[in-house]
Amino acid sequence: MIQLSGITRIFHMGDQAIHALDHIDLTIESGEYVSIMGPSGSGKSTLLNVIGLLDRPDSGHYLLDGRNVTDLSETEQAQVRREKIGFVFQSFHLIPRLTAAENIELPLILTGMPPADRKIRIMETLQAFNLSDRAHHRPAELSGGQRQRVAIARATILRPTALLADEPTGNLDHRIGSEVAALLEALNQTGTTLIVVTHDRELGSRARRRIAMRDGQIDVDER
Amino acid sequence: MKLRDLLHFSLRTITSYPARSFLIMLAMALGVAAVIILTALGDGARQYVVNEFSSIGTNLIIVLPGRAETAGSFPGAVMGQTPRDLTLEDAHWVGRLPQVRRYAPLNVGVAELSATGKLREVTLMGTTAEIFPIRHMKLAQGRFLSHSGENSAQIVLGAKIAQEFFPDGNALGQRVRLGDRRFLVTGIMAVQGESMGFNSDELVIIPIQHAQTLLNTTSLFRLLIETRHHNEIENAKEAIHQALIRRHDGEDDVTVIAHDAVLATFDRILRALTLGVAGIAVISLAVAGILVMNVMLVSVSQRTAEIGLLKAIGTPASAIRHIFMAEAVWLSVTGAFAGFVLGQAGSWLLRLAYPLLPAWPPLWANFAGIAVAVLAGVLAGLLPAIRAAKLDPVMALSKR
Repeated sequence: MIQLSGITRIFHMGDQAIHALDHIDLTIESGEYVSIMGPSGSGKSTLLNVIGLLDRPDSGHYLLDGRNVTDLSETEQAQVRREKIGFVFQSFHLIPRLTAAENIELPLILTGMPPADRKIRIMETLQAFNLSDRAHHRPAELSGGQRQRVAIARATILRPTALLADEPTGNLDHRIGSEVAALLEALNQTGTTLIVVTHDRELGSRARRRIAMRDGQIDVDER
Repeated sequence: MKLRDLLHFSLRTITSYPARSFLIMLAMALGVAAVIILTALGDGARQYVVNEFSSIGTNLIIVLPGRAETAGSFPGAVMGQTPRDLTLEDAHWVGRLPQVRRYAPLNVGVAELSATGKLREVTLMGTTAEIFPIRHMKLAQGRFLSHSGENSAQIVLGAKIAQEFFPDGNALGQRVRLGDRRFLVTGIMAVQGESMGFNSDELVIIPIQHAQTLLNTTSLFRLLIETRHHNEIENAKEAIHQALIRRHDGEDDVTVIAHDAVLATFDRILRALTLGVAGIAVISLAVAGILVMNVMLVSVSQRTAEIGLLKAIGTPASAIRHIFMAEAVWLSVTGAFAGFVLGQAGSWLLRLAYPLLPAWPPLWANFAGIAVAVLAGVLAGLLPAIRAAKLDPVMALSKR
């Protein structure tokens, strides 16, 4: 469960202070499917980054599964990210020199899992994401849809409680995009909280809960 | 992140940029190779000189007539006297000192040698039989003056001279003419080659009295003395010096050199020289270290998005630091070992090109070369690693 109260994030541009997030209060229950929409600069990505502990709010409190994570040290935050949060990005962010299997393996390496166990886990994951025949291909040899599937596999291999997707279909054509959306929704069906930030009205409207942001504030919150 | 995974991950990175990695390693390797080859050269030169000196014995004392330093005028100078000669009698007198094991007076000159209708100029050495053990010279055939008192007209020919005059190898027992005197060939020296500027293969040895007559001198060129014990050398040197001063009516007109001291001085000088060239070579390692740092810094900025991703999937800052450090360590360690191999090959080539020079890199240089290279690599990796770990993840991820 994600509980934000009074979250404010201010960016300074020259002598101008921009309120990317302006006293946001938001609660997202476990297993929810939320889309966050809004024009550029409305603060939707910043909100996602704060939820994903990539960015620190200037004020306010953030409780993740009942634990105050606002004031954790960097190392502790890294551990929370590793265990509870998965990220999916518009540009996939796969490491180009590693194969699909190796990219998926990264989070497992961080946990210090022995290589033999990792191997089994990767095999299972590749199978689940229908990537078995692409295991030893590098990202450059994969299609966009395959790349995003690898990225989603990497984000979910440690079974995080929340999956945060920033424009997950932004670099994909319509057909592949909806396949990826369906994949994310399938993961949501198994209990993972899914938060999608998007420009795309069609993708945004698929969510059960739709939040619209404007100027760092929540404008609409409908279910 | 486990060490094994860390090393594997960073190795994957290095092999993904082969040209870049190869060039850095090459820089490191050349630095290490320079240290090894230059110290091999320096130490080889040192060993060469030390060997040359050792070949004529380490508990050797050399007496020269005259003073080695300019120290005002001696009393005799006013009366037009020159310093006293170092005579054969002086030599026998010194030889009776208890510290002396054996001694060999020495006169050196040039004379014409003729036999079997051939003629050539040779360097002659007048001495006693003791010269052989003192200078570690060996006879191939025959013998020379069976005891030092003997004074017959014997001659020992250098190996090359014997070969030139008696190609059939029947030199022993033949008569030869040296200057205006006839000598009986009683010995042939073993082939020894050059030592201390003397080529004993082109030398003839005759008894000291004959040499002094032939060269028309009563003054010795040198007096070589071997002491009983190596640790007695300072004491013996002093005793010999005092004995000669007494014999010369209190006149200090000889120079007594412990051969060891000369050796030690050369050893020191050449060691310092070796360290000097090693120091210069280490500078090239520092340059290689800076190169590693530069490339790693470029790498950090090229891989900003990757660092952002690593942070997003929960890599702690310490692990990111380790990843970049490990890359620097890989590069410098492999570079250092390549350099080690290169350096050994280089010294081998040196030894091949100059067989006289024992150009073996000293052990410390091998270790120091590798250690400095690895240290430079680690230090060079530090700054880029810290910079990578400090990157703001949001900013890093937004970079493509």
